[in-house]
Amino acid sequence: MLRITDTGLKRPFICLVFFDRHYALPLLTHSKNRREWPDAIETRLSMIQLRNIRKAYKTGYTQLDVLKGIDLDIEAGAFASIMGSSGSGKSTLLNIIGILDEYDEGDYLLDGKMIKGLSQTEAAHYRNRFIGFVFQSFNLLPFKTAQENVALPLYYQKMDRRKRQDLALEYLNLVGLADWAEHLPNQLSGGQQQRVAIARALITKPKVILADEPTGALDSKTSFEVMELFKKVNREGMTVIIVTHENDIAAMTRRIIRLRDGVIENGNATLSATK
Amino acid sequence: MTRLYLSPMIDFDKWQEIFNSIRRHPLRTTLTALGVFWGIFMLVLLLGAGRGLQNGVEYEFRDDATNSVWIRRGVTSIPYQGLPKGRRIKFTNEDYDMLAEHFGEVDQITGRFYLSGDQTISYGKTALSYSVRAVHPGHRYLENTIMESGRYINETDLSEFRKVAVIGAVVQKDLFGDEPPLGKEIKIGGTVYTVVGTYTDTGGDDEMRIIYIPVSTAQKIYAGTRELHQLMFTTRDMELPAIQQLQEEVRDAFARRHQFDVQDRKALYIFGAAEEYQKFMNLFAAIRAFVWFVGLGSIVAGVIGVSNIMLIVVKDRTREIGIRKALGATPRSIVAMILQESILITSVAGYLGLLAGVGAISLMESIAVEYFRNPRVDLGVGLSATLVLVLAGALAGLMPARKAAQINPVVAMREGG
Repeated sequence: MLRITDTGLKRPFICLVFFDRHYALPLLTHSKNRREWPDAIETRLSMIQLRNIRKAYKTGYTQLDVLKGIDLDIEAGAFASIMGSSGSGKSTLLNIIGILDEYDEGDYLLDGKMIKGLSQTEAAHYRNRFIGFVFQSFNLLPFKTAQENVALPLYYQKMDRRKRQDLALEYLNLVGLADWAEHLPNQLSGGQQQRVAIARALITKPKVILADEPTGALDSKTSFEVMELFKKVNREGMTVIIVTHENDIAAMTRRIIRLRDGVIENGNATLSATK
Repeated sequence: MTRLYLSPMIDFDKWQEIFNSIRRHPLRTTLTALGVFWGIFMLVLLLGAGRGLQNGVEYEFRDDATNSVWIRRGVTSIPYQGLPKGRRIKFTNEDYDMLAEHFGEVDQITGRFYLSGDQTISYGKTALSYSVRAVHPGHRYLENTIMESGRYINETDLSEFRKVAVIGAVVQKDLFGDEPPLGKEIKIGGTVYTVVGTYTDTGGDDEMRIIYIPVSTAQKIYAGTRELHQLMFTTRDMELPAIQQLQEEVRDAFARRHQFDVQDRKALYIFGAAEEYQKFMNLFAAIRAFVWFVGLGSIVAGVIGVSNIMLIVVKDRTREIGIRKALGATPRSIVAMILQESILITSVAGYLGLLAGVGAISLMESIAVEYFRNPRVDLGVGLSATLVLVLAGALAGLMPARKAAQINPVVAMREGG
């Protein structure tokens, strides 16, 4: 498909990130970089391709089919939300996209790479490089400062300590928390903690940001601020997928994917359709 | 290229991560460390104290020959062949001769003749009071007397009733100071003796405040009898049962000579140092066994303690493990992180326990108590015990850490707060 063009455009960009931190933030800080991307390619490029994904949990003698053949394409640079009632399989779907769980059948391509039958170590490696997670309960390490939390994914890339601490500070600055770098999570408000978590998700320059109910623990004002941050990140070109059950949160995304009983009910619902 | 350049930094970074985790979890670190510290500390203390006790008692015995047999007179408590009870048994030179002639197993023999009370000893203008023992030449071997100069009492002294004296180091210092004492004349009571030898004794100062003179001279001058107050002998190299057998034979011979019932334990007292020594040796074997039992017990308790803590630590870190995994930690790095932290904490704690134990033992050493001497601990034992605890901690942590590292991060992150 468009994979050759894809790599031709993106590889040099990614490499820069690892070698010089001054080039680490062009996506977010210099919007002119993004303008160089031809719109035509961007819109047609599939970041996530799911083909007939099936997943079942076996409990004793019964088998619970959670995902019953999911076909889904999410384009690079998308800002999508996955909605569905509890038990619809949206968490399982998110786990599969996030390489946290395996699927029984089908194919999953992430940025053209087949994600299938990975060892735990390979899965860890892909999670570290390709996925940025944001969770409902923030999941910051309580004994590490905001800066150390943001730097942690780079520890697993074996990046030099000094370098990753500097980068972490830049990303904290990006989410407006540079002054809070030395604070422990319990010294931060919920909204601040979630912004630290977003900085942590962004620092590896992943292909996709996966957010699981990111505003679930926040009040509406803070929720709005966090969503604004996601919007900003998305405007800079990052693919963002949010799992939520809140309509007003979903309404802030550009695409809504509705799940029901393990199948996609509506792959491209609009806000008006939800109302 | 970048990887290669950074590789020396990686280990340093890893340890920094571990130190950071240790520093930020003081309670968890303390709990893990405490079990190991205490186990090793108690083990070292126990082994050291046990050794000190043994050394102490062995030291108390060093004064007297451990193969000596002491015979003391008593009063009959059973009527025997028409003789009433309440008779006082008296030893004479013939008893000494009998021991020498009839018992081949007897090595060195001596009688003792005590001068009543302490005697005034004078040299020049100095006059002091010491105890005087009149003995046979064999006495030297019974008391482990160490000759420093001159000679001990000999057979010729006895047969010629010479007025010679062998003085202890304390007597020498008190009477003569720096003056050489050999050949000098001292007065014991009213009688003049020539000093022919000086000695020291491992039994301490009290044993060196004694003056030895020939038993025959004392009998003639102070009592005009052939009486002896006490008899002692050493046995040749013999096992305890043979010594006990010999003691019974000696008792038999004395019963016949002095006409008392051989069953009459109050007529004659025979005391075997070997028997006593053996009793102590048995006691030590028991104490050693007990010390090891308690020591191993404290190690087992330490192992259980560390294992429990490790289970709790892993449980406590499940959420952290989930987060780290979601951020890209491999299961291997998770297990390594937990084990390295545990090994670091337990090793340092074990080492500190060892240091504290050795320190406490040094303190005990400085306290002079009877029957306690030179507490020492085999450092090898302490180090092996530390190693056992470190390995136990690592093994106890390995299973749950492996399990936790396999849990789906999403599930792990739901655990606990």
